[in-house]
Amino acid sequence: MTTTAPAAYDSKIEGNVIFSRLDACINWMRKNSLWPMPMGLACCAIEMMATACARFDIARFGAEVMRFSPRQSDVMIVAGTVTYKMAYAVKRIYDQMPEPKWVIAMGACASSGGMYRSYAVLQGIDHLLPVDVYISGCPPRPEALLEGLMKLQGKIDHERAIYDQKKELLEAIS
Amino acid sequence: MTLEEAASRLESQFQAVSRKAFREELTLELTLAQIEPACRFAKEQLGFDFLADLSSVDNFGDEPRFELVYELYSLASNIHLRLRTRVSEDHLEAPSVVHIWATANWHEREVYDMMGIRFANHPDLRRILMWEGYPYYPLRKDFPLEGKSSDMPEVAFSEPAPLAGGPFVSTPGPPHIADREPRAHRVGED
Repeated sequence: MTTTAPAAYDSKIEGNVIFSRLDACINWMRKNSLWPMPMGLACCAIEMMATACARFDIARFGAEVMRFSPRQSDVMIVAGTVTYKMAYAVKRIYDQMPEPKWVIAMGACASSGGMYRSYAVLQGIDHLLPVDVYISGCPPRPEALLEGLMKLQGKIDHERAIYDQKKELLEAIS
Repeated sequence: MTLEEAASRLESQFQAVSRKAFREELTLELTLAQIEPACRFAKEQLGFDFLADLSSVDNFGDEPRFELVYELYSLASNIHLRLRTRVSEDHLEAPSVVHIWATANWHEREVYDMMGIRFANHPDLRRILMWEGYPYYPLRKDFPLEGKSSDMPEVAFSEPAPLAGGPFVSTPGPPHIADREPRAHRVGED
């Protein structure tokens, strides 16, 4: 008489096992623990601070860990007017962030220069950085920033985490 | 001391080019050579212990082209006196008053940054708003509103801003503002 025995799991843990794609798991972890780099350059930074505080509580979306070191950050929130004098500094901080990284352009100034059609203001941070989410408003309300964050989470959810970011590695091993 | 007393005492020492009173504000115009000793006299003898502002004007087309404006204030007497002097474009240099009022330091740096007027004997004459190496003086009348392109590698760059008719100008009607706006982002565009 043949008998069978469970090889990998038994009935005790069977209900706790979930099958998924690795990409989906990585994306799920990434999007719910976005550590922002608060690039507060003008009045939008005040709204960003309000977003982090108790009333709006960005922690509900896992993004409460504002890191003032780019090396520990995932998403740069460019909040405010980017002057030409500051532009390369913003770029340098972005370059210091480890991959994968995202950028939120918060408010009119960071998105397009806003009302500053001026000799001194960069007409949108997208001239220097790849922006993922633009948030309108002058300044945007905290709800708008949270909406932008949720949009970014939605975007991260549909990324091919392994394939896109390890393309070179995959090409090397294939 | 009243404003009238202070002004006449100053005028007894320095021959003013002109004297203008407008809505109880008194303005004395002095020559460039007089301005530094006049400021010292105003501070030490007349009690103008506070330099409220030091600014500049570009009278583009006139000669001398530039003008420096000193807003003097006495906290003790509660009086305000304005001194003006002309600076020629051929010799863009004025005496510094930093040793009289320390607050003039940043004001003179701003005038230097925005208008290009140098100040003799300034302790630290660097640009204050724009970056070192920016080749223009943005507040001059012949500087375009949208700016000019410049490039300082590793420091900063600048590009002219699209003005679309003017900094705050928007005419109603077609085409839609989103189509006219030169900085608009459209889906599918890079």
